Amino acid sequence: MAEIQAGGGGGHKKGGKKRGKKLSTRVDFTPMVDLGFLLITFFMLTTSMNKPQTMEINMPVKEDNMTDEDQTKVKESQAMTILLTKENKIVYYFMKDGQPETPQVTNFGKGGIRAVLLQENRARNSAVDSIPVYRNEFKENKLTEDEYRAKVSAIKSYKNGLIVIIKADDESKYKNLVDILDEMNICNIGRYAIVDITPVELEMLDKTPL
Amino acid sequence: MGKVKLPRKSTSVDMTAMTDIAFLLLTFFMLATKFKPDEPVLVTTPSSISEIKLPETDILQLTIDKDGRVFFSMDNQEKRVELLDKVAKKYNMTFTPAQKQEFSLLSAFGVPVKNLPQYLDADAEQRKTFPQPGIPCDSLNNELADWVLQARFTNKNLRVAIKGDGDANYPIVKRVIATLQEKKVNRFNLITSLETAE
Repeated sequence: MAEIQAGGGGGHKKGGKKRGKKLSTRVDFTPMVDLGFLLITFFMLTTSMNKPQTMEINMPVKEDNMTDEDQTKVKESQAMTILLTKENKIVYYFMKDGQPETPQVTNFGKGGIRAVLLQENRARNSAVDSIPVYRNEFKENKLTEDEYRAKVSAIKSYKNGLIVIIKADDESKYKNLVDILDEMNICNIGRYAIVDITPVELEMLDKTPL
Repeated sequence: MGKVKLPRKSTSVDMTAMTDIAFLLLTFFMLATKFKPDEPVLVTTPSSISEIKLPETDILQLTIDKDGRVFFSMDNQEKRVELLDKVAKKYNMTFTPAQKQEFSLLSAFGVPVKNLPQYLDADAEQRKTFPQPGIPCDSLNNELADWVLQARFTNKNLRVAIKGDGDANYPIVKRVIATLQEKKVNRFNLITSLETAE
């Protein structure tokens, strides 16, 4: 390192005893700092700080000897079936008088399935509108986390609320499944299930122009 | 009046404080670092708004890549050796202590049980090119089910996490989920990355 000697002006000529020159005890730390930062950079780049995000999924218990009576019956009026298919398309339909209504085609995103889900959910469970209110209260610390969770889950499990049945066909991607599960969270739909697609629905998909 | 001569100051800065900070940060990063386990395949997870974090221990991770291959990994080295013993017993195979040692250090693997000894004997370089067709999980030959079942016997608190590639086809995911359900794993996690654009 270049160092300019600070001579203090020179001219200490007081005369007297001759002393041995005192050597400075200072050590140049610069290389050590260099090394330190080099290692920091290395560790910063190799470190994986963020733990992966996950979604928790509960699947129904699969019993071989389950009879029809054991299975939960879903009321026609509250069920909505979502079929996931190729090219990130979604086909959804409702049941009426034992017959499926005309399937609708939509896509992922705000204007697509989310709008439909929000609308249908609100129509059956008007209390969902208060979830954002509770969320704000929770953020402003007016509610404790437990209270907030209890309120939200009470609303979500309303017995006449929307029940979404998710079925994915063989041409859909895993991403589609995750996206639709994500929409369930966004739209505050408490009850949904992932079910295998039936031949009838595959036929329906074939007939529906995408 | 003569000019006042300013004494020339030394330009050398005291580095001690900077060194302190540098080493403080260095210590922090060294302690906080958990090296990324090298994964056999690169998987791009789909994004979600979910903010639940994956627990750090007791994780059984099933990786599904975009070609539909399934890879298996489990944390805890000792438990892994135990698991290998159990699976070996099931398939009437024996592993040498060296192979067991290798298995305990393995991150994730996707080879059928019958190819596992060869895979374990291979060194790190060979392993990169070793063909990994994924763990068979179809209905005829469902080795994945055995792995999952034995893993759950080895570690009771195990949580199953599926790390799937966004482009993986749904049928393979469905098969993995069905396998889990068969083995009474009805609660599992899907690993996603954080939603960025909205």
